[in-house]
Amino acid sequence: MEPILMKGNEVLAQAAIFAGCRQYFGYPITPQTEIAAYMSRQMPKAGGVYLQAESEVAAINMVLGAGAAGGRAMTSTSSPGLSLMTEGISYIAGMDIPCLIVNVQRGGPGLGGIQPSQADYWQATRALGHGDFHVMVFAPSSVQEIADLVPRAFDLADQYRVPAMFLMDGSLGQMMEPVAFPDKPADPGALPEKPWAAVGNGGKRPNNILNSLMLKAPVLEASVLERFDRYEAIKQELCEYEAYRTGDAQIVLVAYGTTARIAKSVVDEARKEGIKAGLFRPVTLWPYPYEPLSRLSARCFLAVEMSMGQMVEDVRLAVNGRAPVHFYGRTGGMIPRPNEVLERVRALAKDPSGKGADR
Amino acid sequence: MCNDPIQLLLAGFGGQGILFAGKAAAYAGMAEEKNVTWLPSYGPEMRGGTANCSVCVSKAAISCPIVFEPNLLVVMNQPSFHAFVEKVVPGGVVVMNSSLIKEDCLRPDVTAYAIPATELAEQNDLPGLANIIMLGYAAQVTGAFGLGSLQAALGRCVPLSKQQLLEPNLHAVQIGWTYKEPAE
Repeated sequence: MEPILMKGNEVLAQAAIFAGCRQYFGYPITPQTEIAAYMSRQMPKAGGVYLQAESEVAAINMVLGAGAAGGRAMTSTSSPGLSLMTEGISYIAGMDIPCLIVNVQRGGPGLGGIQPSQADYWQATRALGHGDFHVMVFAPSSVQEIADLVPRAFDLADQYRVPAMFLMDGSLGQMMEPVAFPDKPADPGALPEKPWAAVGNGGKRPNNILNSLMLKAPVLEASVLERFDRYEAIKQELCEYEAYRTGDAQIVLVAYGTTARIAKSVVDEARKEGIKAGLFRPVTLWPYPYEPLSRLSARCFLAVEMSMGQMVEDVRLAVNGRAPVHFYGRTGGMIPRPNEVLERVRALAKDPSGKGADR
Repeated sequence: MCNDPIQLLLAGFGGQGILFAGKAAAYAGMAEEKNVTWLPSYGPEMRGGTANCSVCVSKAAISCPIVFEPNLLVVMNQPSFHAFVEKVVPGGVVVMNSSLIKEDCLRPDVTAYAIPATELAEQNDLPGLANIIMLGYAAQVTGAFGLGSLQAALGRCVPLSKQQLLEPNLHAVQIGWTYKEPAE
């Protein structure tokens, strides 16, 4: 199929339909509304359900219900909407319901703004709701990568009964790039069976019950431990990253999503000036690619984010004190400019300790 | 102007077809087998204020999709001219809609071209196609895209449900492509 130009948001929606998603529930919010708009046009044609809920709280609970019944269900929102969904996401995690949750981030806190942001990193990777749980977090940085990762996210979510999240930002959602989809869309009827699904069983077997309320502490602990065994298995299977010109790099920039693209252009500019720079780009944010990052022997690291510094903490965990880890970020919807980042790289090339210059 | 990479910024009023012209430019880049990105300004400015759109076209993979410093600025109204003319890189090109921008580009380090695109659209009964006239002219004076690539691009951008608009778009790009700025 000849590549076509599409927005990241629309590609995400089309890729989900191609991956066999047949239930979409959502509520409009900039900068991700194109996902819902695209689904409203295309999902009925695919024989699926598009439903605009009355709020994000309702939408996530509809995902809970459809996913519990074995459907390949999803929702999408942007930062303030995601905060509303967190209760439902915790219940989904506690009930082991696979689904896809998309956050196209905008500046915060509060209603904030509508320009791109990466300030929900901690929320996505640390505290997407109350209780001991994780979701798999994917952070594409190109439109084609969105199309490539969506089916993988759905498949892994089903395989491990763990929700998957796409953490994007407004510019990636709004950007158009050429994209090619797989020739053969998934057949929703041919996906692996979900024998746990709460579908009634036609009276032939006892009903399946999905529940997150476990009042006996040993029972609840055992269920959490069993879930964490699955997280360990996911960590063995899922560790996606891109290493760009890191082989001989003395300064390694670490960035994801749109910011990684900016950082990559800075690496190229720095190299032209004789500075040995490289880029490490995590594609999965949970599990975070600690091990491959820890193997890089740079003189210093520079995390670049559209936030006040959140992923930088994972970089510090990976580097574990072996080299200085610095940070440069813009926030509130501002995008770090290549020349701003290049200035920091030049300064660190002169003095890798970067005394007191972090922001 | 060097035509690779092209860091194109299109700017004007919402409703002038800035985003569509940007999409056509991106498809023209694809027709020439280059990498492309298209990124709109989004938000309140889409609802009637100023609109702008970044288009990157490059043989190499495109790192940053945001055009902070264009080497080609296609600008359709006065407020956008003021907002962006200083951001053009030295040696870059500015293509101005002289129907709505009633001043000269005073920067000595950029090459400026002017075309009365809004008037040409009205005279040729091509309502709303000043954008494509400007794109055709910009491509011709800079060598950014070939005419055939632009024509192919319009064929891919005009939706199937609005095929009656393809012919006027092709007419508009032709007008821009063949326009000659009068000697002073």
